[in-house]
Amino acid sequence: MNPDFTGIALQTALLLLLAPLITGCIRNWKARLQNRRGPRLWQPYFDLVKFLRKDMVISEHASWVFSAAPYVVFITALLTGLMVPLASTQAPLSLFGGVLAVVGLLALGRFFMALGGLDPASAFGGMGSSREMTIAALAEPALMLAIFTVAITAGSTDFSRIVTSAQQSGWDLLNPARLMAFAALFIVLLAETGRVPIDNPATHLELTMIHEAMLLEYSGRHLALMEWGASIKQLVLMAILVNVFLPVGLIADHSAAMLGLGLAVFIGKILLLSAAVALVETVNAKLRLFRVPDLLSAAFVLAAMALLSMFLFH
Amino acid sequence: MSTGCRKTRDRPECLREGNAMDLSSTTLLTLALLGYVAGSLAGLVFCRWERLANCLSFGGATLAAGCGTVACARLLATGGTVAPVQLQLLPTLVPYVQFTARLDSLSVFFGLIVSVLGFALSLYSLGYARGFFGHKNVGVLGAFFNLMLLATNLVFLSDNAFFFLIAWEIMALSAYCLVSFEHEKPETRSAGVFYFVMSHIGTGCLILGFLLLFQASGGYGFDGFHALGDKMSPGSRNAAFLLFLIGFGVKAGIVPLHTWLPEAHPVAPSNVSAFMSGVLIKTGIYGLARVFFDFLGTPPMWWGVTVLAIGTISAVLGVLYALMQHDLKRLLAYHSIENIGIILMGFGASLMFLNTGHPLLSTLALIAGLYHTLNHALFKGLLFLGAGAVLHATRTRDMEHLGGLAKRMPQTAFFFLIGAVAISALPPLNGFVSEWLTYQSLLQGFGTTESLLRLMFPIGGALLALTGALAAACFVKAFGITFLAQPRSEAAAQAHEASFTMLLGQAVLVAACVFLGLFPTLFLKLLDPLTQQLTGLQISSQLTLANGLVLAGTNPAGGTVSTLGIAVLGIALLAVPFALWLMLGRQTRVRIGPTWDCGLQGLTPRMEYTATGFSKPIRMIFKALFRPRREVQREYDFSPYFATNIRFEAHVEEIFETRIYRPLNRWVLWLSRRMRALQAGSIQAYLIYIFITLLLLLLFAL
Repeated sequence: MNPDFTGIALQTALLLLLAPLITGCIRNWKARLQNRRGPRLWQPYFDLVKFLRKDMVISEHASWVFSAAPYVVFITALLTGLMVPLASTQAPLSLFGGVLAVVGLLALGRFFMALGGLDPASAFGGMGSSREMTIAALAEPALMLAIFTVAITAGSTDFSRIVTSAQQSGWDLLNPARLMAFAALFIVLLAETGRVPIDNPATHLELTMIHEAMLLEYSGRHLALMEWGASIKQLVLMAILVNVFLPVGLIADHSAAMLGLGLAVFIGKILLLSAAVALVETVNAKLRLFRVPDLLSAAFVLAAMALLSMFLFH
Repeated sequence: MSTGCRKTRDRPECLREGNAMDLSSTTLLTLALLGYVAGSLAGLVFCRWERLANCLSFGGATLAAGCGTVACARLLATGGTVAPVQLQLLPTLVPYVQFTARLDSLSVFFGLIVSVLGFALSLYSLGYARGFFGHKNVGVLGAFFNLMLLATNLVFLSDNAFFFLIAWEIMALSAYCLVSFEHEKPETRSAGVFYFVMSHIGTGCLILGFLLLFQASGGYGFDGFHALGDKMSPGSRNAAFLLFLIGFGVKAGIVPLHTWLPEAHPVAPSNVSAFMSGVLIKTGIYGLARVFFDFLGTPPMWWGVTVLAIGTISAVLGVLYALMQHDLKRLLAYHSIENIGIILMGFGASLMFLNTGHPLLSTLALIAGLYHTLNHALFKGLLFLGAGAVLHATRTRDMEHLGGLAKRMPQTAFFFLIGAVAISALPPLNGFVSEWLTYQSLLQGFGTTESLLRLMFPIGGALLALTGALAAACFVKAFGITFLAQPRSEAAAQAHEASFTMLLGQAVLVAACVFLGLFPTLFLKLLDPLTQQLTGLQISSQLTLANGLVLAGTNPAGGTVSTLGIAVLGIALLAVPFALWLMLGRQTRVRIGPTWDCGLQGLTPRMEYTATGFSKPIRMIFKALFRPRREVQREYDFSPYFATNIRFEAHVEEIFETRIYRPLNRWVLWLSRRMRALQAGSIQAYLIYIFITLLLLLLFAL
């Protein structure tokens, strides 16, 4: 076992640098679709730096779990990012884990984030934690089933192999099984990143927030890590969607020119998906909490149908 | 064994000499059994001197379990137990009833589970039992605790159906006595009786099952039962399968035979709850493994399908009901049902692969199930010990009265958190590893058959994912409400850290969880002789990559994972946030301030989120299952809008109890009332019965 340290360093840097930009893009485009000017594209970078330079206020009721949670959230997001191929087919940490480890690590981050929400003894935090864990529990089977559909086709749970096998399948990319799995995963992406039909990232009305409610007591560098971790997680989930279902332009060799090309194509694909997310956020209204299970079970049914149709076509 | 009983006083010396002399593993195991006998007797003899009884009985159990752990680990590590070693424990008095122990790998593996957990629990009990000083008889507790450990060991080790059933009954009875230990409370008594009845329904099925096996083999020895199923007629073979599934299933707590488990486990003293949830229900798993993979031969497809389906249903329903609990120990007991389900998913898949002729995958699924069996024993034991420490410190199991314990009991909180992460199957701990193996076997199983049944594997995998996510939600609730935020009662505010031995017992289990999480490949080597015995393959080398640092699912292309790598790299990546802070941040101050309270007059514990509130979204989403109802009573002076007092009650229906068990119970009572007419107390009537019976028998004979 010889981990590729340059690969790890490069991919970490890419995750750290690209993730806030995607958040900024979605925010800006959403504002433009709603006829507002919106914040600058790079506003999230300024926010993060500002948070890092601020003093922290920690609740008097909080224990060490509260302070540990931001680190766990941030590190697990980075680790999952290293297991997913971004610009090149070979993810630097694919030996350390694939689909199952990514899902597990994201769940670990969520576990600690929810504990961090409960720790300061505020009712808002508890509400956010409760809702977050509920929605995650409903999203997880759909996520797994959709990924199983592609993993079974590829015969592997390793993302690099899944992507390689998807690249070789050519026009099979348009087969209905994959389209339905994509649709299911897209709904899961909206749920996991706290996007509009499920959660509202822009709201400041406490009773409707989920993700923001858990972060209510965080400030300073803890908040920076939480926000940064959330954007990295969003980037990772988007990378899974675009690279598994549209493996165009992923490079296999690592010359500088190819790397640049692969990176450009990857960023292009991610921006395209961000535009789709911004569009969905604009044309939809937030669902009532007890309507969210309907949406997520629709995702589960889509994933199950994807599996069935793959079974029928083979 | 009888000779060891008289040496109660000098037993510790005798054991110490034994270790120094480097005895063979079998002798060490015998010593362990003797240690339990001695501990049990010491508890009874010195029951008037509670401190002495506590030290001797639980100390004896600790030493004995320590010996057992070493012996079993060595037996598994040398791998020399593929051919069973037999050990005569007591002379044969009656033909057929032989008291012979059988040291084959399956027995020794389960012996390892009971010994490791027994060691940690006995250490913990040394401190925990002090809470009973003065109002309960600690000697009796110690005696029955030792007896239960001994009987459980014998269940795993017995080589003969009669001996097995005797040990099985001693185990059930000693567990009954321990469940009813705090018999002043009516709920404890009724739980004890319920357990007693269910346990004996199970034993009845087992006796019938063994009789079927006896019919086919002509003996009661387990050697004669080996692969017997292939020689039996399909009818009696299927009957034996069902009888054993019910008999062992009652003990293991599969849905719908689980209802006794969440009643009995929480009311026992916490060290006993930990043992019952960690090990006792595993005797059911041991029985199933023994019967499915050793006795009944190549299985038909529907066996595997049944077991996989039962496993999946148990896993999902177990965790859903667990989420509804706000009694900490009851919540943990429901999680046992979930984990038994996960173990049986592995077993069911393994049986299906055996049927379709894929021994490699079958071995993988079996390993997943067995790995989870050990894992569950460890983290469930750990969690129950944590719950016990909380109960010890606050005198309540109700989470709605807890909170803020992370500051008052920091070590216990940390240990409980480790257990919570492990049971929620989060990387890098052991629960994740065994579920990873289960997922791998399910995913690879898709290609093993062309029939529609293969859809069971990914659907089962998705439901396993649902189970895992719900378990995480449940443990966010269990840990968050119990240990975080503000204390919700005076008792929780006054809580104190547990004593040293109690912490030590938990620390042993934490170390085991971390070890099994980070170094799975080392442990998998121990399972080689076991899989050799049950499926004829040794696959630990195929599951190991890169000098044992990476775990693979039978072939490296199918997927790999390295929990150690994840942990090490995770720690290394901690440099990133610190580097970011150094580069972009500046020296800042950290202030401790009040929580945001919307500008009101400060937060009180009554404003915190409660356990019931936390699980409300799940309760509403699955309301078809839970049928929640609530009662709100307002007390007010002049208008209901200005209530002075509100009483709120919320209930969920336990559907198996209200829809199956209660009607069944009513029916049985109705029937017995009718039967009572026969037994009216009149001698003349009885004479007529006898006369009629005789006449009928005569007619029958003619």
